[in-house]
Amino acid sequence: MSAAEADVVVAGRQQRPEQAHRTRTALPGRFLRSELTIVFGRRRNLVLLGVLAAIPVLLAIALKVSSGPDDGRGGGPGFFEAITSNGLFVAFAALAAELPLFLPLAVAAASGDAIAGEANLGTLRYLLTIPAGRTRLLLTKYVAVVVFGLVATALVALAGVVAGLALFGGGDVILLSGTTTSLVDGVGRLALSVLYLSACFAALAAIGMFVSTLTEQPIAAIVATIGVNVLMFILDAIPQIAWLHPWLLVDWWSAFGDLLRDPIGTDAIGRGLLTALAYAVVFLTLAWARFSNKDITS
Amino acid sequence: MSTSTSGPDGGGSPAVVRTRALTKRFRTQTAVDGIDLEVPTGAVYGFLGPNGSGKTTTIRMLLGLVAPSSGEIDLLGEPMPGGASRTLRRVGALVEGPAFHPYLSGRANLSRLDAADPHSDARTAPARIDAALDRVGLMPAATKRFRAYSLGMRQRLAIANALLVPRDLLVLDEPTNGLDPQGTREVRNLVGELAAEGTTVLVSSHLLSEVDQMCSHVGVMFEGRLLRQGRLDELHASTVQTVRVDTDRVEDAASVLRTLGLTDVRPGAGHVTALLGEVAVEKIVPELVDAYVPVLGFSVLRPSLEDVFVSLTGEGFDVSG
Repeated sequence: MSAAEADVVVAGRQQRPEQAHRTRTALPGRFLRSELTIVFGRRRNLVLLGVLAAIPVLLAIALKVSSGPDDGRGGGPGFFEAITSNGLFVAFAALAAELPLFLPLAVAAASGDAIAGEANLGTLRYLLTIPAGRTRLLLTKYVAVVVFGLVATALVALAGVVAGLALFGGGDVILLSGTTTSLVDGVGRLALSVLYLSACFAALAAIGMFVSTLTEQPIAAIVATIGVNVLMFILDAIPQIAWLHPWLLVDWWSAFGDLLRDPIGTDAIGRGLLTALAYAVVFLTLAWARFSNKDITS
Repeated sequence: MSTSTSGPDGGGSPAVVRTRALTKRFRTQTAVDGIDLEVPTGAVYGFLGPNGSGKTTTIRMLLGLVAPSSGEIDLLGEPMPGGASRTLRRVGALVEGPAFHPYLSGRANLSRLDAADPHSDARTAPARIDAALDRVGLMPAATKRFRAYSLGMRQRLAIANALLVPRDLLVLDEPTNGLDPQGTREVRNLVGELAAEGTTVLVSSHLLSEVDQMCSHVGVMFEGRLLRQGRLDELHASTVQTVRVDTDRVEDAASVLRTLGLTDVRPGAGHVTALLGEVAVEKIVPELVDAYVPVLGFSVLRPSLEDVFVSLTGEGFDVSG
């Protein structure tokens, strides 16, 4: 990352001095590190990460204790049946289980707090008189929140893999399409799932950033972001408005199950990524439009 | 150049801050009403006014936090808020009280703000942060969490933030709020030192005596308007002075003063006060002596800034809502 950053800066300098300056403003390495320290140092966020990591472990233990083939219940694209055959599926099942609420909660907590939290503390006025730059501040905070979402999702997967392999063992993976593949390939598919879901959460984070520019109360912004997320899940569950479903961000989230087929089904994944991108662009633009002209009276 | 009623002495030096008809309306209320602020280079400008008179809103507009409803701002020769990215780095600011992350130490808070500065040098950051902490006397508490700081320490940390890089202008909004007399004196000395180094200082306060003691220029805000600005000594000189005569023959002294043409003559217990007006000071004592009034004491009282303020607004200082 830092090497790439250096490359871009060097390339910018070769072109034009102001280009280099703009590039450096767009890639605020030190500011981003500082923001990440704040996001990952916040006790609320650490507790959330702890809860996220505990769920796969609880899931694995519960399945191990009850043992026996499970009764086919459980959310997601049917990972629970596969768990007892291979511990790797604990990670997929945990991702599916945390998809509707816990992971969005973590993303909402970080993104809703981003601007509103600083406004609430009054630190926003000091950041802006530095001057950190409004667009730069918004983008840096957004990147930090996206990184937090990625880390949270990866943590769930990691905790799932560790707990699953410890309790159920590894070995070859039987995919949802019935084909068998190696454990390494299975881990690779898990990594792709984490990346796909992180991209989806990046779109949710953009919604959270926008809400965060509307208020000085971080809790209100966090609750509103979760509210939007839950509302989309509710709408997605009403069959009478099926025409709306493809336009909902959350409708595409469980498509990560397609990564467990051979060959990988890319249609839904592709639509999901496009939908996430559209949501991210729209809400980041709204956030920028709101924040760049906002009177900072906090 | 001598002062006019609206501008402080230009002296040919460009103003660091200049606004034209600067106005800010919030929904129904006009917080700042067409002010022409002018802070000359090198001045310690006391921005005076009761709470709610529009000082902080003006400062927020100068710093690009709040967009003006109308009017123009020149800050260090650049228009605001357009020039914010170029000029604000040369401006150190303390706006409406200190605000930091409660769970970070004082040093970590400064380090974070320094990291937010796109042009600051990461290599020199530790040294600059320590120098700023040292300057405000916070080194012993540098690693303490901000939430454990007293109000005075918080105020100092905010001032330290304003000193992280060399500045051409310091904007200090109520810098002595919450400080004890010792802390107030230290801030006053610090402002004096910084001004001596050539930094222009805009300091807002509702404490008249404080401004009286540290400022070279003053602007008086009242209900969103800038009633008066100029050199502090000229503002003082423009107000009518009071003389006081200590004597045991109060009535005789009073009649002499009236004959001389002093106004508002007030006999008291063992002394008489009166407004000097246009009367030459040196004529008073000889007249009293000629009238066989024993003069036990004689003084010309410099009007306090509060007197100046009352003469400008016709009201006491703490009434504006």
